[in-house]
Amino acid sequence: MSDVLNALVILANFVVVPGLAYGSQLALGALGVTLVYAVLRFSNFAHGETMAIGTMFVILATWGLQSAGIGFGPLPTALLALPVGIFAAIILCLVTDRLVYRYYRRQKASGVIYLIVSVGVMFVYNGLIRFVIGPRDQIFTDGQRFIIKAREFKKMTGLNEGLAIKTTQAVTVVTAVVTVAAVFWFLNRTRTGKSMRAFSDNEDLALLSGINPDRVVMIAWIMTAALATIAGTLYGLDKSFKPFVYLQLLLPIFAAAIVGGVGNPIGAIAGGFVIAFSELFVTFAYKRVVTYLVPDSMAPDTLVQFLSTDYKFAVSFVILVIVLLVKPTGIFSGKSL
Amino acid sequence: MSLSVRNLSMFALMALLFVTVGFVQSWDVSLALLNMCIISAIMALGVNIQWGYAGLFNVGTMGFAALGGLAAMLVSVPPVAGAWQAGGVGIFGGLVAALLTVAAGVAIWRRTARLGRRRYWLTGLVVLVGYIIMRAIIDPAVEAIEAVDVTTAGFLGGLGLPIVFSWLVGGIFAAGAAWVVGKISLGLRSDYLAIATLGISEIIIYFLKFEEWLTRGVKNVTGLPRPVPYEIELKQSPAFQSWASGFDTNIETVASLTVKLCYAGLFSVVLLVVLYLSEVALRSPWGRMMRAIRDNETAAAAMGKNVTSRHLQVFILGSAVVGIAGAMLTTLDGQFNPPTYQPLRFTFLIWVMVIIGGSGNNWGAVLGGFIIWFFWIEAEPIGLWLMGALTSGMAPDHWLRLHLIESAAHMRLLTMGLVLLLVLRFAPRGLIPEIKR
Amino acid sequence: MSFLVGEEMVCGYGGADILHGCTIGVEPGEIAVVVGPNGAGKSTAMKAMFGMLALREGQVLLEGEDISRLKPQERVLRGMGFVPQTHNVFTSMTVEENLEMGAFIRRDDIAGTMQQVFDLFPILHEKRAQPAGELSGGQRQQVAVGRALMTRPKILMLDEPTAGVSPIVMDELFDRIIEVAQTGIAILMVEQNAKQALNIADRGYVLVQGRNAYTDTGAALMADPEVRRAFLGG
Repeated sequence: MSDVLNALVILANFVVVPGLAYGSQLALGALGVTLVYAVLRFSNFAHGETMAIGTMFVILATWGLQSAGIGFGPLPTALLALPVGIFAAIILCLVTDRLVYRYYRRQKASGVIYLIVSVGVMFVYNGLIRFVIGPRDQIFTDGQRFIIKAREFKKMTGLNEGLAIKTTQAVTVVTAVVTVAAVFWFLNRTRTGKSMRAFSDNEDLALLSGINPDRVVMIAWIMTAALATIAGTLYGLDKSFKPFVYLQLLLPIFAAAIVGGVGNPIGAIAGGFVIAFSELFVTFAYKRVVTYLVPDSMAPDTLVQFLSTDYKFAVSFVILVIVLLVKPTGIFSGKSL
Repeated sequence: MSLSVRNLSMFALMALLFVTVGFVQSWDVSLALLNMCIISAIMALGVNIQWGYAGLFNVGTMGFAALGGLAAMLVSVPPVAGAWQAGGVGIFGGLVAALLTVAAGVAIWRRTARLGRRRYWLTGLVVLVGYIIMRAIIDPAVEAIEAVDVTTAGFLGGLGLPIVFSWLVGGIFAAGAAWVVGKISLGLRSDYLAIATLGISEIIIYFLKFEEWLTRGVKNVTGLPRPVPYEIELKQSPAFQSWASGFDTNIETVASLTVKLCYAGLFSVVLLVVLYLSEVALRSPWGRMMRAIRDNETAAAAMGKNVTSRHLQVFILGSAVVGIAGAMLTTLDGQFNPPTYQPLRFTFLIWVMVIIGGSGNNWGAVLGGFIIWFFWIEAEPIGLWLMGALTSGMAPDHWLRLHLIESAAHMRLLTMGLVLLLVLRFAPRGLIPEIKR
Repeated sequence: MSFLVGEEMVCGYGGADILHGCTIGVEPGEIAVVVGPNGAGKSTAMKAMFGMLALREGQVLLEGEDISRLKPQERVLRGMGFVPQTHNVFTSMTVEENLEMGAFIRRDDIAGTMQQVFDLFPILHEKRAQPAGELSGGQRQQVAVGRALMTRPKILMLDEPTAGVSPIVMDELFDRIIEVAQTGIAILMVEQNAKQALNIADRGYVLVQGRNAYTDTGAALMADPEVRRAFLGG
């Protein structure tokens, strides 16, 4: 019996807990991509860099708070700095929209032009990040490192295997739940949120109903900037802040959005978790789990791993390909908010 | 091939820039720049075929260039006999198993449409079993290969053929990858191609980095054989010595310049051939049809053109050109080094070249390749000089000055992004606009 | 001078004009119907009057005021409502949300108006929590009309409201439209089903090639042998 429990604890420790955290980060990222798609109707290649630049603002604010001696107790100071970072990212996104995207909106440019433009924006953001904070790793996590340490867990339960939960993982999941709840409340319960859904559903009819397109676009950018900053900061807290990583995150984020159905917020969240858990399940080495579950004589001598961890980004691509082949509209076949 | 005075003068200006660098920095730098510019121009031509002719947005140039690099390495490096003995059969068996798995998966998927939901599970199960069998065959082989002469080999090696041959192979590799990506994502929404190419290029790089039995991964393969003489050989040849004595610099410089000129000659031939073929294609009925499809997909489809299969053609062709350029690049570098492939450098920079040069115009793509690579490299010295000049009023150790000078290297990303956005906005047709026929 | 009138309208898409000086007007509480063969410019006339298409010549007057330069949204604010022929509901939103979005420009309490719409179309009350995309064609048209009524317009313009619905549903829809007109709202609609539409029309316009061919009361047009022969199938 305790063998089964031990096996479950290993899974929980190495797959479930990290998967929940990583899935939350991807879900928030995909939600941002989906929001831009639903309202502005293009796939935003600059979203990864928006996450990175928002995180950079948060880091700068965190340093400011830390040097002023302000902390957040056991929680990371970055949470206190988050509003500042979000605010800065919102300003940046709105300025970008005013200077760059608005022109193409007036031109009614095709989606692929937007795509290239967003690549240009990505370039500029990337340059800004390197210019301001440099290309190096930044670790800005502080506060208490663990909620449950593996050793304490073992002592508590008497099991061989430990379960560790990092503070950042718990913070990630809680923040993501709060954020997603707020987004859904906004979209489904407020007049402005509903007007965004209406605009995304049927632009012409929304205009006939007197919904102001500029306002809808502005709110979409505000939400996107906030979501990107939150997602980026949570990822940075959980791992570390590397400007390059966010560009690589773009693929799993797009995959999450497409798997769920681009433009559909519920799909984006589901997609985020599908991608995260697939990555972890496929690249996890099941050796120790299997060892607990089978008689000693049958214990495996290989890692029992489907794919080496080096290929975790490939997992999202494979899922993306499968979805494109089998059901290009995604699981939730959405096109509007 | 009509080139107006305006366009010719832009190329002349470009030549003047190289001469200036030759005098101000050195001729060595100037020629090194030129060689890279030619390769960039070929890559830009490849992207232009996809974007300019057909409006396909490929964000995976990096992956196709890396496949070209892989080809250069695999063709030129001598085979590692011990490694082949250790695991050649296993690798071959694994590849066969992989092919059979894919074939079985596709066959089952095609025949089981009536099964409904169970179809997914059945296909998934077959693929999973096939995958496990493949891994069981290939894993011991990989381990054995990677154990052979770890410090110098640890991989299968290549074919030991002349490296120039790899330029063709690189094109074929890239074309193969393009076929797979195109089959999956063409015909769907246009941005799916972009996302799929972004993905495949990342995965190709990961594959090259981590499949050490094939590529040595991050351990790099250095000292690839050259298609041109080595400096050291030249210096030892009496004929060269007597020829070099005619110049008033030392023999090292002459040798180095000679080698670079040889490369430049070879590369120019490829550039001219690709450019010629591109121009012919653009003017042919095929090229006209491509543009017709690009400008109005619906109308072209209504006229009975198979848009998706045309797109697949053009996507494969463009990727092949990028693969050729990638092989040439690795040839020039003389080493295959997977971690150096970065999307900003190998994908987005090429895009800037095409857009600034003039989408849809081959001459524009060539000019864009030259200009952008030139300034990509020269931006750093210029930026450093600029920052130094701007901050000359500050104390030499002022933090802002130090930060600005340190960041000058990153200025080029920012500049490229801004240039791209500005050109898209104010001169979307580029320096040498497409000729409307 | 009519309550709403498009006078001598000339407009079209691209280079070619579709309307060549046609005039259409409607009074409060009255139903005006525009009929005519395919390509006569019926829908174009509606778009022009609602500002979705710029006029090259002529003008649109609302209560005597020239509104030719106003954007559609501004016309909504002036008390005009429009029901497009297709894509006229927010398919992913519930019936209730559709009505709410119809009233987007209103800042006051919309509960009363929503109740009126539900009284007019009881089925919508029943289905108010269902996404509009899941409703039948006739029910969707009711949502579309309801959505336009939510601004409490003084004039309601409908572009072929009965396109693609069954004859029974069409009669039902016309009955509702009469009810709406009885509340004092001016109704201007384009119809393919010319006979049935002219039956309920106080005023009828027959357009041919972008020009007014016949203009009279609905009953008079129905009685005109020439109109009957040419446009109403005998």
